[in-house]
Amino acid sequence: MADTNTEDAFVEFDRVQKSYDGEVLVVKDLNLSMPKGEFLTMLGPSGSGKTTCLMMLAGFETATNGEIRLGGKEINNIPPHKRGIGMVFQNYALFPHMTVNENLSFPLEVRGMGRDERESKVARALDMVQMGAFGNRRPAQLSGGQQQRIALARALVFDPKLVLMDEPLGALDKQLREHMQYEIKHLHESLGITVVYVTHDQSEALTMSDRVAVFDDGRIQQLAAPADLYERPENSFVAQFIGENNKLSGTVESKSGDTATVRLTDGETCQALAVSCGDVGSETLISIRPERISVAAESGPNSTSADVKELIYLGDHIRCRLNVHGNDDFVVKVPNSAGHEHLVVGEKTQVTWAVEDARALNPL
Amino acid sequence: MTDAVADPISSARGQAQLTTADGIPLKTALAIAQSKARRRAFLLVLPLLAFVLITFVAPIGQMLYRSVHNPAFSDNAPALAVWFEANPTGTEPDEAAYEALVSDLRAMRENKTQGVAGTRINYDLAGSRSLFTSTARKSAKMEPPFKEAVLDADEDWADPQLWQVMRTASSAYTANFYLAALDRTRDENGNIVRVNENRRLYVGNFIKTMLLSALITGCCLVLGYPIAHLLATLPLRHSNLLMIFVLLPFWTSLLVRTTSWIVLLQSQGVVNDTLVAVGVVADESRIQMIYNQTGTIVAMVHILLPFMVLPLYSVMRPINPSYVRAARSLGATSWTAFRRIYVPQTVPGMGAGGLLVFILAVGYYITPALVGGASGQLISNFIAFHMQKSLNWSLAAALAALLLACILLLYWLYDRLIGIDNLKLG
Ligand SMILES: Nc1ncnc2c1ncn2[C@@H]1O[C@H](COP(=O)(O)OP(=O)(O)OP(=O)(O)O)[C@@H](O)[C@H]1O
Ligand SMILES: [Mg+2]
Repeated sequence: MADTNTEDAFVEFDRVQKSYDGEVLVVKDLNLSMPKGEFLTMLGPSGSGKTTCLMMLAGFETATNGEIRLGGKEINNIPPHKRGIGMVFQNYALFPHMTVNENLSFPLEVRGMGRDERESKVARALDMVQMGAFGNRRPAQLSGGQQQRIALARALVFDPKLVLMDEPLGALDKQLREHMQYEIKHLHESLGITVVYVTHDQSEALTMSDRVAVFDDGRIQQLAAPADLYERPENSFVAQFIGENNKLSGTVESKSGDTATVRLTDGETCQALAVSCGDVGSETLISIRPERISVAAESGPNSTSADVKELIYLGDHIRCRLNVHGNDDFVVKVPNSAGHEHLVVGEKTQVTWAVEDARALNPL
Repeated sequence: MTDAVADPISSARGQAQLTTADGIPLKTALAIAQSKARRRAFLLVLPLLAFVLITFVAPIGQMLYRSVHNPAFSDNAPALAVWFEANPTGTEPDEAAYEALVSDLRAMRENKTQGVAGTRINYDLAGSRSLFTSTARKSAKMEPPFKEAVLDADEDWADPQLWQVMRTASSAYTANFYLAALDRTRDENGNIVRVNENRRLYVGNFIKTMLLSALITGCCLVLGYPIAHLLATLPLRHSNLLMIFVLLPFWTSLLVRTTSWIVLLQSQGVVNDTLVAVGVVADESRIQMIYNQTGTIVAMVHILLPFMVLPLYSVMRPINPSYVRAARSLGATSWTAFRRIYVPQTVPGMGAGGLLVFILAVGYYITPALVGGASGQLISNFIAFHMQKSLNWSLAAALAALLLACILLLYWLYDRLIGIDNLKLG
């Protein structure tokens, strides 16, 4: 899905830039196109411009440069109320002076819908989020999770084609958050709506999305399906941001096809998959996932010795902190399988990894 | 499972009283533990309580008491009181009545109180003070039959209205001042009637005061709402600067502000001069903008505006902009979002500001006195007149009590309509 055809793109950002103060570009050159029905998540550290992008799409901020298209039409100059985009705010923004029913019928009322039609739609939307019994309550009389459901129902009640959610689960506790993730995902699938979702919780992004756009510094660093993002990060920011990751820095010594030989800082060499490293002589950062490393294996191209520094017992696996190639923070996950030999702190051992699992990336 | 749940409940119910580990009942222990803290807290508010009692509750109580209690006549006419007691309303004053009158007048002359007593009667029947002073002077030499003697001295004593007034005044407690404050009086038979058309002052002025105050409140709301909104949406450092301008009027003397309006608005003032210079109005027909209702309204709106802006601001500041954004994203135009989402959330501020401005306006004295002229006088100016000039404190007290009642009534109405818990003053 990564190579979406621009012709049937539903939402499109075309070289969009945004500056609030005329001095700093908060969004630098954003290009994104998503097809109808996709669940796309914007993931990134705080201040990376996710909310800004969402606000530009919703119409509350104007793009300083570039074009935003919705369903093929440019929407830069269309006011927010004419865009027909449903939005769930982080603080829910339920109108405190209205009951749940009034909150939900508000978007229908401003569309001039008749009373009967309104009532049936509101009831249907409330049932959809299992809140049918709460129609006459005020938002203040609801728990956080219930308010969240109402906010969701309100954003969906007028059948928008596109729904934006800005960290909708940020205020909920872990258990409820996981439950709501499932429900939002379920609603997305059953209603066939297009969703742009913002979060800085990576597990949320990975479990819910069709594709994830990793934001940093006002740019999309990588836009890919969750599995690709984890297994095939394209630059070291993504590798570090998504999941756990071991880093070895060095310079490219030689390149043959997809494989690069890298001279590490301690003088040893390492074979790695050349993903986004430069030409021979340039600096690079090798990224290896902790679960792709095997301990005590004798042979392999990237076999090297390691000092065991620390062991943490985690039940299903043991987390070992090793010193490998002079890097003290080299983490390996050893599965707690039957008959497995246990390591001891201070012991010297051998680690190895496949060439494809070591990704040579551009250093940031 | 059900047993396990039921057990502790039934045992808790079965126990007569919960006790602490030492066996003291839990409630007693709690009361002991809290009483010390409560005593200390009470000691802290004691000075304020005493202050409020001495400076607020006592004077207001005194004022309310004065409005129904005036012993100026009753203390000085004991014999007449006995006669009024014995004879019902409407009885023609007979020889015994005149005898009582003369004996009271003699006592008044001795104690030099004929003026005080006469003034009391004068409140209800204008022109009767001199009757008392002159007849008291002659009373020493009067001989029976007293009726003739008194009527010889002044035939006005035969006026049945006068006797009716003396009858009501012979009791120290009276509702007459309230009647007077409502432009009512009693005729010779004790029935409540309206006073002459040209003497009806107070009811009309009460209504005018309420209407003007409502108008001033409305003006303050219309002018203050956009300012408060601007203040609430600007970044804090700009809004703090603007807030200083809003508060600036508080830092200048009320007198200075009011007189500067005179400088601006009088017929030879800056505004008129400018209008004449520009040619909008002719020199002969300069606009009268001060010493009338217009002057009162302009100056009072200016003075009371901050009292509207501050509560509005304090309500608007915490309103999250995402409410309006949510409304817009749900399809509302910016006007609909403002009207249906923003304004309802500012109702507590409008209520607080409105109530504050209205109550202050209703009782405002100095500004109407300075710039109100004849038509811009409010009820408080009448109260001040009776306090300082006519010295009819009982009437002043009755007017003030009615004003207080009006405000309490409004407060009650507000509570019924909007709800007092919906009020946010800061
Ligand atoms: N109204 C504004 N005026 C000026 N600068 C702003 C404004 N809103 C956001 N910014 C700046 O733009 C940058 C991006 O902000 P944005 O809210 O888009 O980040 P975000 O990715 O949503 O972060 P978070 O995860 O913390 O919500 C930040 O540096 C922020 O300071
Ligand atoms: Mg954000």
